Amino acid sequence: MSDSRPVLRVLGAGFHPTIQDLGRHGAQRLGIPVSGALDPLALRMANVLVGNDEGEAAIEIRLLGPTLEVAADDVRVALVGTEAALEVLGPAGNRLVPAGVSARVPRGWRLRVGAVKDTACCYLAVGGGFDLPAPFGSKSTYVRSGIGGLDGRSLRDGDMLPLTSGAAPAGRERALPADYRAVYGSGAVRVVLGPQDGWFTAEAVERLLSSTFTVSREADRMGLRLDGPELPHARGYNIASDGIATGAIQVPGSRKPIMLLADHQTTGGYPKIATVTSADLPRVGRLRPGAELGFRAVGIAEAEELRRAQEALLAEVLAGVHDAEEATSVRVSALYRENLISGVFSIGTA
Amino acid sequence: MPTEFLSCGDTALVVQFGETVDAETNRRVMGLDATIRRHAIPGIVETVPTFRSLMIHYDPRRTSREALVGEVEPLLADEGALDASFSRWTLPVCYGPEHAPDLEDVARRTGLSPERVIAVHSGVTYRVYMIGFLPGFPYMGDLPRELELPRREEPRTRVPAGSIAIATTQTVVYPCESPGGWHLIGRTPVPMFTLSREQPVLFRPGDEIRFKAVEAAEYDDIAARAAAGSFTLAPDREVSA
Repeated sequence: MSDSRPVLRVLGAGFHPTIQDLGRHGAQRLGIPVSGALDPLALRMANVLVGNDEGEAAIEIRLLGPTLEVAADDVRVALVGTEAALEVLGPAGNRLVPAGVSARVPRGWRLRVGAVKDTACCYLAVGGGFDLPAPFGSKSTYVRSGIGGLDGRSLRDGDMLPLTSGAAPAGRERALPADYRAVYGSGAVRVVLGPQDGWFTAEAVERLLSSTFTVSREADRMGLRLDGPELPHARGYNIASDGIATGAIQVPGSRKPIMLLADHQTTGGYPKIATVTSADLPRVGRLRPGAELGFRAVGIAEAEELRRAQEALLAEVLAGVHDAEEATSVRVSALYRENLISGVFSIGTA
Repeated sequence: MPTEFLSCGDTALVVQFGETVDAETNRRVMGLDATIRRHAIPGIVETVPTFRSLMIHYDPRRTSREALVGEVEPLLADEGALDASFSRWTLPVCYGPEHAPDLEDVARRTGLSPERVIAVHSGVTYRVYMIGFLPGFPYMGDLPRELELPRREEPRTRVPAGSIAIATTQTVVYPCESPGGWHLIGRTPVPMFTLSREQPVLFRPGDEIRFKAVEAAEYDDIAARAAAGSFTLAPDREVSA
C-alpha cells in the first residue's frame, strides 16, 4: 500500500464501530440481512453536511466512539445523531465541533468521539465516503457473516480506512437547522398490528398497547429484547418460518417481545404480534438498554402517510442546511464552561 | 385455504398461500415470486419466498399497500409462470461421531439404530423449500416421517459451520457457526456460502438434494481443498424448464 493513499488511521476503535449505509436490498432471498444504519435519518443528515449523497456509507458509532488520524491532505467530516461533540485534536490546539456541523480537518490531526450516552448510535460521515467494496450493492457491515464494511467486521485499533477522496473542497462549513430533531417524532411508538396478531390472546394485544416496556440489556443491531408484561400466545409459538420486516415485534416461547432491527434474520418461525412503522424505526434504533417505551396502533394507510410526512419534513431540514457561523467550532474550555457537551437527545416515550 | 394478504408494517406485504409446509404450496410461492420479478412493479424493493408465503418488501414513499394489492392480485391467476429450472446435487456428509453429536440421541428418541438413521437420512431426495435465517441456510424437506422430532429443548449457543441438522419435517445445513436448536447428525465440508463465489449461495429454492455418506478422511480432504479455494461442488444435473 502506498503512503499517498488517503486513509483514516484508526488509533483507537472505541466500541466496535461499523461502516453502515442505507442497507443491502435484494439479497434477503439468499438469507442475507439488510443491515444498514440503525438511525438512517442521522446518517442521511450527516452525509448532506459533508456534501455526499444521502445514502453514502459512514461510521456507525455505539457507546464509545473512535479516535482517528487523518492521513490525507484534509477531510470534511460531520457527526450527527448525538449531542456529544466531535473533538478535533491538532498541533495548534484542540477544539470541539458540535454535532450537526461539518468541519475540515487537515493531515496529521486527529478526530475523537468519546462516550455517547444519549443514543444507541450516531454517525460520522466523511466527504467522498470510503473506498470499500459494496457486496450486493451495499457497504454496510454484517458482522455475523463477514459481509461488507472493512473485511466484514467492526473497526479495530490500527485499521486503515481507505477514503475515496484525498482532499476536501474549500468552502464554508455547513450546519443543520436548529430544529432538525423534529424529524424523529415523539410519543408512543406507532405500530401496525400483525402479521400474526391472530396468534395471540386478545389480552396480549391489549397489554402491548397499554403497557410500558423497558429495553433490556439484550440489545444489539439485530434487535431489542423488551422487559414488561408477558404477551401470551393463543395458538402456540411456532409458525412455519416466513419473512420478517424490519421493526417486526416477534414473541418467542418466553412471551417477551423482541423488536427486530437492521441486522435481523431474513425469516423466522415465531409469531409477530405487530410491526413498528417505518417512520418510528429511526428513533427505535436509537434506544439504549433501560429506555422505556409504549406502543400505539395505527392503520396501514396512516403508517404510510406518517412515513411520507416524515420524508417531507426531512426534505425541509435538508433544504435548511446553511453555512455555519465562524463561531460554531469553539475552544474546548468555553464549551465545558457552558456545559453544552452532555445535552440530552430525548426521543420522548410518553 | 384462500390466499391472504397480511400487512407487516408499512414496508412489507405478505401473500400467504397456506400455513403448512408442503411442496405444492411452496411451488405457488415460487411461481408468484417469478411472476412479480418479471413484472418489475414500481415501489417493490425485493421479494422473499418462504415455505408458504411470499414477502414483498416495498418503499412506502413510492407505493402503498393498496396499490400493491391491486397490482399483485391479478397475477395470482397467472399459473404456469413458474421458472421450473433447478439443479440436482449430491452433498457429501460425514456422519461420524466427531461430526454428529446428536446422532445417538436421535437414534434413541426415534427407536432406530444410528446406522438406520444415517441410511434413512441419506436415502431420499430432498427439495430446497427456501433459503433463510442466515446467508445460504437451506431448509430442505421432506424428512422421512420416522426421523421427525421437535427441536431441542435447550438450543446450543454454538453450532459448527457445515453441520447437518434435523427437526420437524426438515433438514438443514448451518452455513456458518451460529446458535441453533436442531439435532446435529452430520457435517458437510462443502461451503454453503462463499462471498467471493460468483453465486455465493450454493443451493436455490426448488433444487433437489441427496446426501452421500463419506468417511472422515474424505471429509478432511474436501475440507482442506475447500479452505484452499480449490474445491467446487458441481451439480449432478441442471434441469431447465
